[in-house]
Amino acid sequence: MQQLEALLREASDLAEGVIAPSAAEAEVERVMKICNACRYCEGFCAVFPAMTRRLEFAQADIHYLANLCHNCGACLHACQYAPPHEFAVNIPQAMAKVRGQTYSDFAWPSSLGTLYRNNGLTVALALAAGLALFLMMALAKNGTLFHAPLAGDFYAIFPHNLLVSMFGPVFLFVAVALGLGVAKFWRGISAGDPNAAAIAETAQDVLKLKYLDGGHGQGCPNADDASTLARRRFHHLTFYGFMLCFAATCVATLYHYVFGWAAPYAITSLPVLLGTLGGIGLLVGPAGLLWLNVRRHARHGDAAQKPMDRGFIALLLLTSATGLALLAGRDTAAMALLLAAHLGAVMALFLTMPYGKFAHGIFRTAALLKWAIEKRAPNPVGVGSE
Amino acid sequence: MKEDTSSTPDVLVIGGGNAALCAALTAREAGASVLLLEAAPREWRGGNSSHTRNLRCMHNAPQDVLTDAYPEEEFWLDLKKVTGGRTNEQLARLAIRESSRCRDWMRRHGVHFQPSLSGTLHLSRTNAFFMGGGKALVNAYYRSAEALGVRIRYEAPVDRLEVVDGQFRAAWIGQERIAARACVLASGGFESNREWLREAWGQNADGEWPADNFAIRGTRFNLGVLLKAMMEAGADTIGDPSQSHCVAVDARAPLYDGGICTRIDCVSLGIVVNKHAQRFYDEGEDFWPKRYAIWGRLVAQQPGQVGFSVIDSKAVGRFMPPVFPGAKADTLEGLARQLGLDEEAFVRTVHDYNAACRVGTFDHTVLDDCHTDDVTPAKSHWALPLDTPPFYGYALKPGITFTYLGLKVDERAAAHFEGEPSRNLFVAGEMMAGNVLGQGYTAGVGMTIGTVFGRIAGASAAAAATKEGVEHATA
Repeated sequence: MQQLEALLREASDLAEGVIAPSAAEAEVERVMKICNACRYCEGFCAVFPAMTRRLEFAQADIHYLANLCHNCGACLHACQYAPPHEFAVNIPQAMAKVRGQTYSDFAWPSSLGTLYRNNGLTVALALAAGLALFLMMALAKNGTLFHAPLAGDFYAIFPHNLLVSMFGPVFLFVAVALGLGVAKFWRGISAGDPNAAAIAETAQDVLKLKYLDGGHGQGCPNADDASTLARRRFHHLTFYGFMLCFAATCVATLYHYVFGWAAPYAITSLPVLLGTLGGIGLLVGPAGLLWLNVRRHARHGDAAQKPMDRGFIALLLLTSATGLALLAGRDTAAMALLLAAHLGAVMALFLTMPYGKFAHGIFRTAALLKWAIEKRAPNPVGVGSE
Repeated sequence: MKEDTSSTPDVLVIGGGNAALCAALTAREAGASVLLLEAAPREWRGGNSSHTRNLRCMHNAPQDVLTDAYPEEEFWLDLKKVTGGRTNEQLARLAIRESSRCRDWMRRHGVHFQPSLSGTLHLSRTNAFFMGGGKALVNAYYRSAEALGVRIRYEAPVDRLEVVDGQFRAAWIGQERIAARACVLASGGFESNREWLREAWGQNADGEWPADNFAIRGTRFNLGVLLKAMMEAGADTIGDPSQSHCVAVDARAPLYDGGICTRIDCVSLGIVVNKHAQRFYDEGEDFWPKRYAIWGRLVAQQPGQVGFSVIDSKAVGRFMPPVFPGAKADTLEGLARQLGLDEEAFVRTVHDYNAACRVGTFDHTVLDDCHTDDVTPAKSHWALPLDTPPFYGYALKPGITFTYLGLKVDERAAAHFEGEPSRNLFVAGEMMAGNVLGQGYTAGVGMTIGTVFGRIAGASAAAAATKEGVEHATA
């Protein structure tokens, strides 16, 4: 049966014009076969139990496993076959390289997938464009970046409708591009039909970042083989900070359209409180992640993706820093300048979302959902029972 | 070059694997100053412990990762069985009882446990698996040792010992003398010493030196230097000097550190032939885990120390996936060509075997009724004809896990000289495992012995050093 399946797969691959595996994919296949003969790391995360359900690693399996890997690094330090061993097994690195490739390959539109490469440049250009745009708009409209204090009235600088007409379409585009990209990925890994239990488990895995707990709850390695919960905690601050900022925007939208309450809102109002809390999370979280990223063990992950990681972190930091600065300076003559800087950063963040590190959360969630589905099915490989 | 003369440690631990670390941690916890000398560089530290995965431990009720119960008596009977009685009951029972108490201590030093791995359900009752395996355990112990102030030196291979009247004085690394009040030796067996291994296995009737074709499954640093030094110093030994734990591994396994993944798991599902394409032993004698260890020796006794495990596609998916892809062919002739076997002889062997198969109800989980008639050697179970291409073949060679020769100890882990225990020289781990495990093996028992006697040796050494300190102070 196995052989027949392999033959059928080869035939269908040929028919569909599937391209030969990349060097990164071939490396994942190589190391997975070593891991599958060892299995010591089963308790760390979902990658290894998912591996034991397979004897062969087709391209789709490799894409799935690569995105299931959280790059926690625990298996690298525990590995008896890690460099300098001649088997040179480095799962976090092999997976990271394929992961980077999948973001690019599954991007929509596919022509923009190349933006993942040289992602530092992509982010820098987006930021420059965003800043330039809003600064020039402010200058063109008001003739100066400094003005008499406006008591926080943003709309005196950029009218509400103008901002909606700019950010609305960008937001929509981000959602569509990421949605289509991950849908293509989902079809590629032929994940099956999610049921309620699988969805609930995935939600938990994502919201708790279960697989950064090291399998034992004490966290994952960063600079060396010591376990630390720092990466999980800073991720939480970043994620929930982002969500609070998003909630602030949603509440403000509600205020505007439903209640007809126009900004600026008081410091003690719900949108400002949510935004401030979120902004602090989005300041501390990315700062911590950047600190961890700089100190990260050299063999973790793919060094070529560091500019992408740090570019995204920098944009998040800039977004929260300018946002908080705007809040602090909204009654001063520099409000227009601060507002333009903040809007420029936010615009750059959104524009690069479908083509930068942000995508990792989306693709990983899809891989986790597949895992939650497949772990509920009987193991197709009978090795364990005989 | 002179180091450590100003600060003579209470306890010197020589070795860097599980037993050495358990000794160092325990001695430090007892208040002794400890220096640990690991022969390997940091990236290869931990010896054979880095390749282990579990600890066999006694328990009277289900615990976290352990199912059911594994009482002292059952553990003892298992040990008596696998060693054929070549064990010291007092020391064996000490190891067994302490194995039920050591896991909390291990956890305190950063070791995590995980449920038994897929494919190892038969061990879920008796063996506690280390999360991430032995290297994760070794990492945790080093981290804890550093935090507690144990001094650690890598690339510090001790080449001789200064032992006077059975008392330890100092260890030497080249021209450097390292004195200590007490010492724990935990530097492994001699399995990586090719010369010694050659001598131990000797020459066969065909004039071959079988050991020349062995892979060493573990560290390349177990050269037996201190084992030999102790023997020359007159220490009492135990265990068969010519024996080693030997399994069949993939012939492409690296010379050292191939670890667990090079094992070939499909022997009982097919046939095994030698380089003349002849079968030589009952492949279906017993369940594979139990038979795992005899095939190394069987292959070692074949010409060229090589064997070929052959299966057909019916077996795929029924055994642990091999690390290297097998030779694969749609015909028996094609497979023989790939394996470098005489085609005619190989096809005849397979046909004879196939014709002898009496297929009943195949069931790999029991000693089933599929067997052979009128073929020598017989295959007593799981005998299915090799008739469903593609066929797969894996070349096998012997892989040495550890050697049995060790130093005699007592319940304090003290080395013995002419029957007298040393006051300040103790032994742990593979270097004394032969006291408990004179021959044979059962999964996880090496780590049981290493952990228990490592801790005992550490405590004994700390006590001896402190006592010596008191004597010095009052003299």
